[in-house]
Amino acid sequence: MLVSHPDEIKVVSQRFGKGAADINRYLELDGYKAVQKALQMQPDDIINEVKTSNLRGRGGAGFPTGMKWSFVPKQSDRPKYILVNGDESEPGTCKDRPILEHDPHSVIEGVVIAGLAVGAKVGFVYIRGEYRYLVDIMRKAIDDAYAKGFLGKNIFGSGKDFDVRWHTGAGAYEVGEESALMESLEGKRGIPRIRPPFPAVVGLWGGPTVINNVETLASVPHIILMGGQKFADYGPPKNGGTRLFCLSGHINKPGVYELPLGYPLKKMIYDVGGGIPNGRKLKAVVPGGSSTFVLTAEEAEQMNMDFDSFGKRGEFLGSGGVVILDDQTCMVKFALRVMKFYQHESCGWCIPCREGTDWLKKTLTRFHAGGGLKKDIDNIKYLAQGILGRSFCPLGDAAAIPTISIVDKWRSEFEAHLEGRPCPFEPAGVVSQLPVLA
Amino acid sequence: MVISQQLDKFFDEKMKEYPTKRSFLVPMLLYTQDEIGYLTNEAIAHLAKKTELTELEVRNVISYYSLLRTKPLGKYHVQVCTNISCMLRGGEEILDHCKQRLGVGHKQTTPDGLFSLEEVECIGACSWAPAVQINYDFHENLTPDAMDIVLDRYKRLP
Amino acid sequence: MSEPKNVTITVDGKSIAAPAGTLLIEACKAVGIEVPSFCYYPGLSLQAACRMCLVRIEKMPKLQTACTVVITDGMVVTTDSDEVRQARKSMTELLLGNHPLDCPVCDAGGECELQDMTFKYGAAESRYMEGKLHKEEQQWSPVVYFDRPRCILCYRCVRVCGEGMDVWALGVQNRGSGSVIAPNEGDHLDCEECGMCIDICPVGALTSGAYRYKTRPWEMNHVGTICTHCGDGCKTTLGVRRSDAGADIVRGDNRDKSGINNDFLCIKGRYAFDFFDHPDRLRQPLIRRNGKLTPATWEEAIAHTASRLREIRDAKGGQAIGVIGSNRTTNEENYLLQKFARTVLGTNNVDHHRTADYASFARALAGKNNATATMRDVASAPAILLIGNDPTEQHPLLAWNIRTNVRLNLAKLFIANSQPIKLSRQASTFIQIPQEREGKLVAFLNGDDAAAGTLTSAGVSNDSLKQIRTDLRAQKDLVIIFGSELRGADIDALVKFGSGIGAKFICLGDYANSRGAADMGLYPDLLPGYVAANGPHKYNEEWGKLQASTGLSLPEMMQAAKDGQLSALYVVGANPVADYSFDPAAMQNVFMVVQELFLTETAILAEVVLPAASAYEKAGTFTNTCGDLQMLKKAGDISGVKSDFEIIVRVAERMGAHIPALVPFGKGVRADMGQSRGAQSGEADRHAVWLSANNLEPRLSPFDPFAILDEIQRLVPGYDVSRLNLLAGNDEHVTACEHSSAGPAGRLVQIVPANDTLFTSGTLGRYSQALNSVLENRRTHPADKEVMAD
Ligand SMILES: Cc1cc2nc3c(=O)[nH]c(=O)nc-3n(C[C@H](O)[C@H](O)[C@H](O)COP(=O)(O)O)c2cc1C
Ligand code: SF4
Ligand code: FES
Repeated sequence: MLVSHPDEIKVVSQRFGKGAADINRYLELDGYKAVQKALQMQPDDIINEVKTSNLRGRGGAGFPTGMKWSFVPKQSDRPKYILVNGDESEPGTCKDRPILEHDPHSVIEGVVIAGLAVGAKVGFVYIRGEYRYLVDIMRKAIDDAYAKGFLGKNIFGSGKDFDVRWHTGAGAYEVGEESALMESLEGKRGIPRIRPPFPAVVGLWGGPTVINNVETLASVPHIILMGGQKFADYGPPKNGGTRLFCLSGHINKPGVYELPLGYPLKKMIYDVGGGIPNGRKLKAVVPGGSSTFVLTAEEAEQMNMDFDSFGKRGEFLGSGGVVILDDQTCMVKFALRVMKFYQHESCGWCIPCREGTDWLKKTLTRFHAGGGLKKDIDNIKYLAQGILGRSFCPLGDAAAIPTISIVDKWRSEFEAHLEGRPCPFEPAGVVSQLPVLA
Repeated sequence: MVISQQLDKFFDEKMKEYPTKRSFLVPMLLYTQDEIGYLTNEAIAHLAKKTELTELEVRNVISYYSLLRTKPLGKYHVQVCTNISCMLRGGEEILDHCKQRLGVGHKQTTPDGLFSLEEVECIGACSWAPAVQINYDFHENLTPDAMDIVLDRYKRLP
Repeated sequence: MSEPKNVTITVDGKSIAAPAGTLLIEACKAVGIEVPSFCYYPGLSLQAACRMCLVRIEKMPKLQTACTVVITDGMVVTTDSDEVRQARKSMTELLLGNHPLDCPVCDAGGECELQDMTFKYGAAESRYMEGKLHKEEQQWSPVVYFDRPRCILCYRCVRVCGEGMDVWALGVQNRGSGSVIAPNEGDHLDCEECGMCIDICPVGALTSGAYRYKTRPWEMNHVGTICTHCGDGCKTTLGVRRSDAGADIVRGDNRDKSGINNDFLCIKGRYAFDFFDHPDRLRQPLIRRNGKLTPATWEEAIAHTASRLREIRDAKGGQAIGVIGSNRTTNEENYLLQKFARTVLGTNNVDHHRTADYASFARALAGKNNATATMRDVASAPAILLIGNDPTEQHPLLAWNIRTNVRLNLAKLFIANSQPIKLSRQASTFIQIPQEREGKLVAFLNGDDAAAGTLTSAGVSNDSLKQIRTDLRAQKDLVIIFGSELRGADIDALVKFGSGIGAKFICLGDYANSRGAADMGLYPDLLPGYVAANGPHKYNEEWGKLQASTGLSLPEMMQAAKDGQLSALYVVGANPVADYSFDPAAMQNVFMVVQELFLTETAILAEVVLPAASAYEKAGTFTNTCGDLQMLKKAGDISGVKSDFEIIVRVAERMGAHIPALVPFGKGVRADMGQSRGAQSGEADRHAVWLSANNLEPRLSPFDPFAILDEIQRLVPGYDVSRLNLLAGNDEHVTACEHSSAGPAGRLVQIVPANDTLFTSGTLGRYSQALNSVLENRRTHPADKEVMAD
């Protein structure tokens, strides 16, 4: 399952494959040193160190982590919380899994350090329901940490208390959205909350809450130990450090690789990933999970994998899920599969996302089956634009973004499906049935 | 008792870690289901009482989460991912293969109650696609042949 | 609290000032800029789900929901750009995707917010070509139907049921486009059947079992009148359609929300109008012939009644006649009835079924200023003390207002009750006291520490009682509400306690015009306005000298009948035989006239039964339990019946009474009274003077209840409120109790609470098909568990 490449800089992944889920082994591998260092630091110094590191959220949005922490009010009537987002459900993304499997203590350490920084005394690690084996690993890791006195009362004899709890979901992508995550942790349906107020001010049970991705928090102990500047220097300006990229799809060496931010996508595909199998050509790249703008081969070969390179184009680096599509891939089918996902995962709260994804799924299904009309192509884009920027939470945008980019960039493939023609990429003869029109 | 005493006690302990009674509801539903197969009316009533919620509210929560169910499924629930990374590497073929092999469709159970099948969304195995989860166990880098071996293994389990 | 300061924003180039904290959507509405919305509903929690209200706010990257944005100084907003219009259009298009286009057969057609939005903001042409979601309609209760595909998921119903009603019978299940509103019992509802979910549904997803497929909205006239059931006085809008028999009432709802009930209506206000055309409804006078009640003409019945009453009066004197008035007839009718009794029949034997001790209440309040609270006060008072009663069952609007006040204004609610009533969920302090110790509690509040011993229990300690008393004493603007558990001297004591801290009071009576019956003097010892019959009073001058002696109370009349002391009994809209479990045999030798809607246990014993119009078929005024005066409007029309008002005037006229003295109509009332000598000689006609001072014309007909309203407003203390406001359909608070001059308390007269539930309404309720079907349904589908028991 583990892969490697010489270009990798192993920070978050440095303990992968080394048995670090075992607490004693973890201690041998510099475990729990960072938290002890942090216990000697002032909260603001911890935040500043993280700010210096230019660490940006690995969950997808890329928000500067140090800044997020600094939004938490110093004084609060209600308890403050750290919440680890381990709902990892973004299609194409499978990076939190190895962290939780191979290095769960680094996440616990990250939580405690975040807590010290913002004045929280409790942290929750929320892991998606499907990852039951990781829940079990995390449970054990937490229990072991308690047993050693690293958690609970008076941690490391510091006079400070800190509790870490584990929690699990039960199948819902939307619950990865931070406010829906809090609802789910509170035992409710995963319906996002109205913002403002933001979680840093009013979060879990009304208390200020820092929500960070698993990988984000797992990076924190390393930053504390190596110093923020060193971490920052791995990446281009404002895009500190390394991150786990999950290569998948039509690629020879799929896997999770830790590469510095700003790493050229072209190299990632052809060098790290070993290129496209079966001698085929690159058609498209999903740069960071299904919610990002899909890149054409030409675009992909120009891109550097950091937040700002994408931000400049009004696009998103996303979650690290790099999905490679070869030239035999039907983009209509791809758009349909993506839409099917969002239709299935829409929480249903707001009209544009609930109705828009349902409508788009139906139209794309009909279209891919050969029942498309020319006006459908514009209509697909129109509908996606009707969702974009108008939904209650970013899931609606996430459904619209790939759709719009696919229609814009591969319009000819839509046209190739028109008038009952079979999907040009499906094996000859597989003319899907025409669905009955309403 | 609808669930084992052990599980119930475990819930009581975990519930103490949260400031509200309902907070641990989602894990409780999942663990209850794991123990008794699906969320029966009795289990719902039990958890509603525990969390001081109406049964309606518990049902509202259950129906939101795709892992939770109020009807029984097969002993081994075969969940085939067909989301993008898996689709690109043959996930749909795996699904079709399972349909044929098991003789059941999406969300159906074999007559002997051993297997049920479901096409699922991304399970976080993208770099090891195509992937299938049977109950909570991952099976990755599958081919139809490899799938057969996996299914046979489950069939032979006691 | 200090007033929030104003914030100024610019919307579409217009400068708008509104208090800080105002939502943008409300600020816009206040100046007439409409921002469309489905999910936003004032008073309910914010959803921001429908995205109809998206507007452009400068410096914000995306369109913003006006329903959640709180205005801030200098905010610049655009609501009428192409971009905003496009967003609205696309939202309606998306909604219409899965929405069935069955408007022609949909109950909400013509009254549908989705239709309106589509008309205003939507696209003329549909892009939708896919299959639609289909699901059969479901019946959730006798009165609630749900059509899932029509639902747009605005969650208003869920919120009004949960947050508003505190019933929580509706939920949302599944997710995404599979999301669906679900009832608490799987396939049906176990709830209070208020129908609020139906009223609040912007489309035709939730429809009323009572109204479905009956008519199209535009075929109805909408008459806003006052509910005839409990004492709270909700405005209900009756949908009226012409029919062979006159005018049918086909629907009750809360259309314009202009009443004291704002959004609220309970099952009775919404559905229980349907007694009006019950097959058992009396439509013809009946006279007992050869022992059997047989149909007669109005002429025969009135003549017979008048002549028998005259005979008895002339032979035995007025004291041989008893008069029992109604809790459901109008103030004008009640006033007229007792005036008829005292001036035409010559008796003070006047009473009504007393469900609350308003007489003691008035005695206790006499001379105080504004000591009674309005129904609206209950929704805004900072603190409320409720002693006794179960408003959820008996005073649904009061309960709604209390809940709303606690929810939106964080009002403090103190409850003392012998039962753990549902409202205790909203209470900041609830004490369960032993039964019949409400009086002891009052004594304790007044400082009698010894009374505490009779109140304590496992859950209520001496200290906690003292704490509550201290807390209560510290409450500013407390509203004290009490049920019929408190009577006589206890009320006096409670008023003493409350007055000390500047509290206002509400004395809970049970029927739609119980308070009016009391205010209008349906008492053997009190004239209208709680004026002692044996004291000095102006009615002697107005009506001619009245008897000063105290007449018989209702139970005494019943006893007198039994003892052979009563020769005639005139009953209007009352069922004393059932309500006082009276022995029917005692009525054998009494000439009894009953004005009624149905052949009740009392009517069936009468010699003459006169079919009366219900409150929904006439005009007049009602005074609710708080003392809020409101106007009834005639909605339905049934052939064969007459209003109680008209019947009384006709009987009086046949008895030879001088009608202009009874009902001031025509001009020169005083002159017509023929008093050219004596105390009034030479004086101007006071009624005419009052009329012209109030810019009113003399009435042209003796059957016009407004003629009596004129007199009530002129003579009854505390009733001189704005006529214009009443006519405009608003409520006016009367202060009859504060203005009373009832004199010392007389004998205690039995109070018989109605003990109605949400689904009963005295005798009347038995004739409502809607109430019966719900009761029947609850018998056949017993809820196996308490919902939200704690
Ligand atoms: C629909 C949706 C799903 C998301 N799913 C995840 C997820 O599974 N894991 C995650 O870390 N962040 C997810 N996010 C992003 C979170 O909302 C949030 O930005 C993130 O957890 C913050 O942590 P970070 O700053 O460390 O990235 C999701 C966001 C959206 C809108
Ligand atoms: S965009 Fe709307 S419907 Fe979609 S997941 Fe977010 S809130 Fe729910
Ligand atoms: S009214 Fe604002 S989103 Fe519905």
